[in-house]
Amino acid sequence: MAATRAALSLWRRLLALIGGLLGLLAAGSARAVDLPEDKAEALIHSYTGGGVKANGPAFLVRKSILDKVSLSGTYYMDAVSNASIDVVTTASPYREIRHEFGLNADYVYRDAQITIGAMTSHEPDYVANTGSIDVTQEVFGGMTTVAFGYTHASDKVSKKNSPEFSDTARHWQYRLGLTQILTQRWLMSVNFEALSDDGYLGSPYRFARVFGATVPERNPRTRTGRAVKLRLVGDLGNRDAMHVEYRYFSDTWDIKAHTAEIGYSRYFGDSWLADTYFRYYTQNHAIFYSDNATTETVYVSRNRQLSTFNDMALGLRLSYNLRKVPGRYDLKLNGTYEYTRYKFKDFTDIRTGSLYGYNASVIQMYLSATY
Amino acid sequence: MTTLRALAGTALLGAMLLAGCAMPTVPTLQPWVKPYERERLADPIMKLSRDALPDKHFEHVRDVREGARGATGFQGGGCGCN
Repeated sequence: MAATRAALSLWRRLLALIGGLLGLLAAGSARAVDLPEDKAEALIHSYTGGGVKANGPAFLVRKSILDKVSLSGTYYMDAVSNASIDVVTTASPYREIRHEFGLNADYVYRDAQITIGAMTSHEPDYVANTGSIDVTQEVFGGMTTVAFGYTHASDKVSKKNSPEFSDTARHWQYRLGLTQILTQRWLMSVNFEALSDDGYLGSPYRFARVFGATVPERNPRTRTGRAVKLRLVGDLGNRDAMHVEYRYFSDTWDIKAHTAEIGYSRYFGDSWLADTYFRYYTQNHAIFYSDNATTETVYVSRNRQLSTFNDMALGLRLSYNLRKVPGRYDLKLNGTYEYTRYKFKDFTDIRTGSLYGYNASVIQMYLSATY
Repeated sequence: MTTLRALAGTALLGAMLLAGCAMPTVPTLQPWVKPYERERLADPIMKLSRDALPDKHFEHVRDVREGARGATGFQGGGCGCN
């Protein structure tokens, strides 16, 4: 009897909590969120590191219609020249181009914004089609923003010069987020994402080593991961701001990863804005990863993305106001440079027998305009 | 019936409290940073992402080299990440 009463009491409290949350939503519905502003971006990007060069242009145009819907289109190209350690030790260097097209529609109703997106990515041996929906809702007088989203992707994997090889992969992502204004100068956000993959999750070109012999890698056909990220942003009061963030990731392949970042931004005069940041990433290896396996197992991989390693990055971005006509348009020129050091703990360079590591550089030059 | 009444009552109370119709004996939880006090928070320097394309590029660079993904606050997508 006492147990029944306790259960009823708990049930009532739960309903009361739901009621309270409904009340919060009702109280916050007097405002309205704005559509994303009309914008255009033109980017030239470049990545150089570990024998890989990837560069190309990317464009984005966003325009609102009737103040209710904002449409955006993106084109992104990657021209990859790959002579990475995997490639030079087991295959021949190659070049290929990836094209990606994306369309997004944002719809605003009162304090909610709904974004629907579609994307298609094509390279000679890999085609990916993605659809997504995201909803954000402001509550508590606009001090809190809750967000949730879903992405589904369907990939077709093939292998050059091997018409007999054909496989598929599917991906699901579920997101939840909350952004909270803390004070007039500080805000924080919490993001959670669950990721699930099914199908061919490796590379048909990559080899593993078992007893010193090379064999095609064998990966599980399912993977489930979850990630949670905390971020704190603060205005420091002298036309400058800082942010700190931390992300924890773990998955069913037994990878656990930590990412931490700290950044500082500051205006200089009327025309310049500088951002600088330091990012640290570390992970342990997947359960079936081995540099050189000494037992026969169902799954085996020597994909260094699944190995134990860390990377450290230092980045700087400068933005310059080229021209600004208040109420009409605003044009900025931006440049980013990031230097990253990758250090592997259980992946050896088989040419030298020592642990592998490399440095990478990312350069971005882009124009951004709001109108 | 009692539970339904509790639900309706709490919803109404929550709405009243946040709408400013507070009762004198109940402490109120109201938005403590008013819209006109959010000028600093609205500055582009405070945004998670100021420009979509460069952030998309960094996301791709990291997704194809690191084992972890997700919870970045941006939309994800499939790609030829091999």
